[in-house]
Parts: sequence; structure tokens; C-alpha cells
Amino acid sequence: MTTASVTANEQYNYEVIRKFAIMTLVWAVVGMLVGVYIAFELAFPVLNFDIPYITFGRLRPVHTGAVIFGFGGSILFATSYYIVQRTCQARLFSDGLANFTFWGWQAIIVLAALNHVLGFSQGREYAEMNWQIDILIAIVWVAYIVNFVGTLMKRKESHIYVANWFFIAFLLAVALLHIFNNLAIPVSLTSPYSYSLFAGAQDAMTQWWYGHNAVGFYLTAAFLGMMYYFVPKQAGRPVYSYRLSIVHFWALIFMYMWAGTHHLHWTAIPDWTSTLAATFSIMLLLPSWGGMINGIMTLSGAWDKLRTDPVMRFLIVSLSFYGMSTFEGPMMSLKDVNALSHYTDWTVGHVHSGALGWVAMISFGALYHMVPKLWNTRMYSDKLINVHFWLATIGILLYITAMWISGIMQGLMWRAFDDFGNLQYSFVESVAAMHPFYVMRGIGGVFFLTGVLVMCYNMAKTIRQGKVEPAGAVPAAA
Amino acid sequence: MEWLMWFTKFENTKPLALVIFFTVFCLILLYVFGDRKRGERLERHKHIPLQDD
Repeated sequence: MTTASVTANEQYNYEVIRKFAIMTLVWAVVGMLVGVYIAFELAFPVLNFDIPYITFGRLRPVHTGAVIFGFGGSILFATSYYIVQRTCQARLFSDGLANFTFWGWQAIIVLAALNHVLGFSQGREYAEMNWQIDILIAIVWVAYIVNFVGTLMKRKESHIYVANWFFIAFLLAVALLHIFNNLAIPVSLTSPYSYSLFAGAQDAMTQWWYGHNAVGFYLTAAFLGMMYYFVPKQAGRPVYSYRLSIVHFWALIFMYMWAGTHHLHWTAIPDWTSTLAATFSIMLLLPSWGGMINGIMTLSGAWDKLRTDPVMRFLIVSLSFYGMSTFEGPMMSLKDVNALSHYTDWTVGHVHSGALGWVAMISFGALYHMVPKLWNTRMYSDKLINVHFWLATIGILLYITAMWISGIMQGLMWRAFDDFGNLQYSFVESVAAMHPFYVMRGIGGVFFLTGVLVMCYNMAKTIRQGKVEPAGAVPAAA
Repeated sequence: MEWLMWFTKFENTKPLALVIFFTVFCLILLYVFGDRKRGERLERHKHIPLQDD
């Protein structure tokens, strides 16, 4: 095994994956710490301290940028480079390009965070970065695509494994989304400001075409690619049905692009676009659940691993959250449900059941599987993985339960009328009613963040023992 | 060339795209599940991740 690992180090470029894996941990801590802080800012506004740099409006894009692009992006770079090399039996197309994507991507996250803290934003959700950073993203992304596709082209395995299909879709879709959503005319070459090429309802539709498909292709398709590799690897058995994975892929890719307008129900957009989006959202339930069942059924005949293997628990629970949030999403896309849920905390809870329950949990599972292999060792403590799992699970449940109660209450209070047809509650009454749930949400975040810190400690110890152990003493990896 | 104007209306091209995509999707289903031998060949690919150590 030791010999095999040494050979693997020469055969594959693990160096860039190690760097991305470490930055995944760094951005997880930064992004989630900021998230917890702004959660408490909403509960206790005094925490703004009248300092403009740390107000909710500036820190919110720092939070979303650090967790989506920092944490999520780094783990996607790490796992896609890991999976494409191992399933193609080929080294990355270019080590130079791989390094460029690493440093370029980290620079983007830092620059974006600094910009937001200083108050610069182009006001597009999940795309707040100003136009200079947008250009840098496009350049790094093209390098990423060239490196990934180049590796596929020099593969020694004749078939392209389905995980790589999901990564290709993610790479192409994100390029398309990013470029079209950010089409803008700069005020001047030195100004951070720009005017969008779109206006009014078209601009709103472009933004949510981007926003929803960023969820669909960045936070879903790419993480499904991770799922199709790491669940079978950790379970030690092949995926339940390869044919189902093919249908899952094409159905998901086909349907996601049409659903974005469900974010704009009851607004000034044409009604038929709204109905079309809701229809496709409902249909999306089929591929989503098909993929979830395919992942979970991979454990068929080996369910005992859920008791004995904490990493497997992360992976399977992430799939359960994936199933739950892909049921909740289509339900919220129905116009009548949306009339209650839109603009409320229910949406925030839904996003976090997907982001924490699905995206973060599958990332943790992938990290716990991959890091020992990258450093040619085994995890420092399985007990701490278990502690992390329960802290994360309790944190998510506290978070989404608080937001369900708060959100549904908000929606009901806003639409309540008295006997004379006047609004029964003032807006500020609904804000006061939300307070206990905002505190509960913050506590949920503290649980989740504590779990991440436990993971970082476990990872640091693992990496250290991986470096200090002599080659001959390396235990056989699973 | 007047008929080309038909394609300039989203009301026409969106349902057309829907029909094209749906047909392609049905063909994919037929390809994946329509032939037992092909199905067995496709299923063999699921072992790829387990063969990479």
C-alpha cells in the first residue's frame, strides 16, 4: 500500500489538491464565523457597533462569498481534480494551470471580501463582485475548464465516469451563467462601478436565471459528482445503478435551466414564465429523488456501515438533506405556497437546509475520505468525526426549525387582516415576533461552526501525523 | 424567408425547444433501458471508482 501511495503521488498531481483542501477548511471557518456573527447581528443589532464595515449589508456578501466560492469552490476544485485524475488514471493536464487556478481563485475570494467590507457591490445576488473581479473569475474558470477537459482527453480509462459528466456540466453552465449575468458597461476603466446590460424585469429574470442555476449547477450538479465518487468509495461497493445515474444526469441538466423564474412569482414578469418555472420545478423532483435514491441505495446490503463508519454517516445524511430540500424547493415554487413563503425566513431556512445539510455535509464526508489519502495516513480521531457529525446535525436542525417557524409566522402575520379589512399586524410587530427564532438560528450556527472547528483540529493533527510518519510505518488506507 | 420570423418569437421557440429536448430525453431513456446487453455494458462502468487504488 505504501508503494502504491508513493506511485499515486507521482502518477497524480496531489499537491494542488492538498492546497485546495486546506483552503476549504480555512474558508469554512471564515465564512461560517461571519455567518454566525451576522445571524446574531439580526437578533441583536447592537452588534453592528455603528461601524459601517461590519454591518449586515456588507458582511452578508462576505459570508455568502466565503462559504459558496471560498469553501464550496475550494472543495469543488479539490475533489474534481482528485476524481478526474483517479477515474481517468491520468495526471492533470497541466500542473501550471492547476497552480494558476489555485492562486487565482484564492485571490478572487480575498478581493471580493475586501470589496464588500469596503462597501462595493454590484447588487446582484451571489454575484456582488465588481466587474474587474468578474473578469478575473472568467479567466480562472477558463483555465479550470482547459485543465479538466485536457485531463479527460488524455485519460487511460476508455469510459468517462458519470461523476465527471456532472463536473463538465458544472464547468460549462457556470461559465455561461457567470458571463451573461455579469454583462455590464463599466463607468470607467478605473471605477469599480458598472451598469448592467439588462434593465427592469429582464434584469430580474437574468439575475434569477443565474441565481437558481448557480444553485442547480454549482451547488447541486458538481456536488452530485462528488457523491457519485465518494459514496461508492467509502461504502466499498459500486453505485446502486449506473443506468439510473445516466438518466439522473440528463434529466437534471435538462430541467434545471427552466426553473429560475420561480424566484419571481407575483412580480412584473409575464405570468407564463412564472408558471413554466413552477412546472419545471415540480418535474425536477423526479431526477433529484432518483439521484438521492441511487446514492442511498448504494449502501443496500451494508446498512451497518451507518452505525460503524462516521464518514458514511456524513455522506448518507447529506443525501437525506438533499432529498428533503429538493422536496421543499418544488413545493415552495408553487405559486400559492410561494405567496406565503416568499420574502420570509422560510426561504433562508430552505437555502440552509441545502447549503449546510447537503453541500457542507457531503463536503465534510469527502474531506474525511480524501485527506488521509492525500497525506498518506489515516484520520487522527474517528471519535472527533463522530462529535463533528452530531454538532453539525444538531446545528442544522436548530437552524432550519427556527427559520420554518419564523418564516411561516412572518408570512401569516403579513397577510392577516382584521374585521375591518386593515392589516392586523404592523411590520415591526412581525420583527419582534421573530426575535427568539433569530437567537435560536444563531445558536444553531454556533453548533455548526463548533463542529467545523473540531474538524479543523482533527485535520491538522491528521496532516501533521501524515508528514511525520516514516514511509514504512504508514498504515494501509481503507 | 418570411418563415424565419417564426423563430424570432419566444412563444414559438420555447415550446419547440421543449419538444426537441423531450424527444432527446426519450431517446436517452430508450438507449439506456432499451437493450439488455447494452444495459449490462453500461452497468460495468460503475466499478471504475473501485478500481483506482
